[in-house]
Amino acid sequence: MVVFLLIRAIPGDPCTSLLGERATEEACARFNEANGLDRPVLVQLGIYMKNVFTFNLGDSVRFSRPVSQLLIERLPLTTELALSALTLAVLVGIPLGVLAARRHNTAIDTGTMALANIGVSMPVFWLGLMLAYIFALLLRDTAFALPPSGRLSAGVFSIPYFEVWGWQLEEGSTAARVHEYISNHYIFNNLITGQWEVFWDAVKHMILPAVALATIPLSIIARITRSSLLEVMGKDFIRTARAKGVKERWVVRSHAFRNAILPVVTIIGLQLGALLGGAVLTETVFNLAGVGRALFDAITGRDYAIVQGFTVVVAGVYVIVNLLVDLSYAYLDPRIRLE
Amino acid sequence: MTAFNRRQAIEQLQAEAGDVDRLLEKPSTQWRLALRRFRGRKSGMIGLGIILFLIFVAIFAPFLAPYGPTEILIGVEDVSRYDPPCIHLLGCPEDRPQHIMGIDGNVRDQFSRIIYGSRVSLTLGFFTVTLALLVGSSIGALAGYRGGWFDNIVMRFMDVILGFPSLLLAIAIVAVLGPGLRNALIAIAIVTLPGYARVMRAQVLAIKESDYVSASRALGASPTQILLRRVIPNALTPLVVLATLGIATAILEAAGLSFLGLGAQPPQAEWGSMLASERNQVFNAPHLVFFPGLAIMITVLGFNLMGDGMRDALDPTLNR
Repeated sequence: MVVFLLIRAIPGDPCTSLLGERATEEACARFNEANGLDRPVLVQLGIYMKNVFTFNLGDSVRFSRPVSQLLIERLPLTTELALSALTLAVLVGIPLGVLAARRHNTAIDTGTMALANIGVSMPVFWLGLMLAYIFALLLRDTAFALPPSGRLSAGVFSIPYFEVWGWQLEEGSTAARVHEYISNHYIFNNLITGQWEVFWDAVKHMILPAVALATIPLSIIARITRSSLLEVMGKDFIRTARAKGVKERWVVRSHAFRNAILPVVTIIGLQLGALLGGAVLTETVFNLAGVGRALFDAITGRDYAIVQGFTVVVAGVYVIVNLLVDLSYAYLDPRIRLE
Repeated sequence: MTAFNRRQAIEQLQAEAGDVDRLLEKPSTQWRLALRRFRGRKSGMIGLGIILFLIFVAIFAPFLAPYGPTEILIGVEDVSRYDPPCIHLLGCPEDRPQHIMGIDGNVRDQFSRIIYGSRVSLTLGFFTVTLALLVGSSIGALAGYRGGWFDNIVMRFMDVILGFPSLLLAIAIVAVLGPGLRNALIAIAIVTLPGYARVMRAQVLAIKESDYVSASRALGASPTQILLRRVIPNALTPLVVLATLGIATAILEAAGLSFLGLGAQPPQAEWGSMLASERNQVFNAPHLVFFPGLAIMITVLGFNLMGDGMRDALDPTLNR
């Protein structure tokens, strides 16, 4: 609702943005009537709320297509990008933090934290461009060459799994759209159908954007892991465990780590918002047609339906992820009970 | 500690050390202790050094930069667009004009633009945070002190702002206000404001129940007096840290907005927009992308390091 009102507060109307500066008043009136923009704002809001609850997100005035169709095409890319980045950040960030904490006050600790400090200070778009320069130009004739833009190389197509397996889906049905949505996750789609060439191509295209997007969350996760673990390692029960003669590796793994992980999980959940913001920049740098870029274009082009529809989905995902984070506390720390 | 006790303690110390005058002159206040702790932290001092250096560069930009920030060198020197860096010390022929960071797409000296860019980034970071800090902490202080429905409504609104990915919200606000550096500044101030409001509110809630506030109230101080003279000064510590780290975030986000074309507009020498306008040249003139980004990174790093150092110095619980 907030989005709905905010986006309408943007001066400049979709008519002049779309039909051009010289659009006649008559043309604008017809355009507004066709898109329901001539009604009072509150009536528009009421109609919109009803539609959202029936999963009708309206039509984009710019593309003349349903917003849900645009979501089917664009959301999978951003999901894949954000998940790859988050996976990378967690799989590298946590071990780095643990390493720094275990070697506290050594060169390894200082070095890791210096890197983490540089990591949080890095502009995503700059890192992306520099990575593209290094891997697509300097290393172009080596085994490390990686493509600088797009999702797949020219001439490579991802065949949806339902076509590979010869499923008969009714055109335009909900089932067909759900399958289309799932199959637009290229990495996943080609993994389950075993189209390895396409799979590797998709993975290669994803590496640079994911690394660029992962840097800041990775550094933050490493820092939080380190400080959280250091705090726990100073507790009495760790001394007790050591005094019992438990091996150091085991002390860290099962005594300290489980107690130190909660703040880290909280931070991982909070990073999602940063990932979405970063996705706008990353998708711009790597020419990817994802949700972030679409939202940016829609906000600057006054495409109300896209902004609202995408924001509803993005906010929904954000809420769900943070709920999952809360629920995971009970699993990670048995002392916390869900009521 | 009452005055009487302190006198006693000092006399005791006098017996031990015989140095009362110095102790009476310079009581070790919280800030003095913090300063001492801050000096002991290498990373914080590095951050401070970076920031002082940048401030120096920004102030003396006209003396340090060999050319003007928007000076076009066509007809002035024998240079052309996208010329790579030419440094005499590193073997560039002496008869070529020296441009240590190369020439940009509009035949301007990149080094001079980078130097002038420090002015934009530093002022922007400073003003954004000042605005967010003033508005945010006033809101937080009022909400925390008054409580009730005012607190509820204001803080729920802050939660709504926090619920959005900050860069997307900033983009939306700039779309409302129109692109430009000043509007980018306002947008970033708005999206970062809830952080200050929440911290201030939490501080006020804790402090307003303390004994010295009750004492002031018993002595007949008005709510305004209590808020301004007792509560806010004691709540400032975490806000100072947050503000320092906030400058880093503000500079980074402003650069992001400029990169998307919503912040500083050409021909202004701003690092983010310099990077944006030359980003398609990354493969044939990488220096035009490399240096502005490096400048952003070093500046942000400086404020991050200093903020971390200050947090460690000001947080007594971290007294390691």
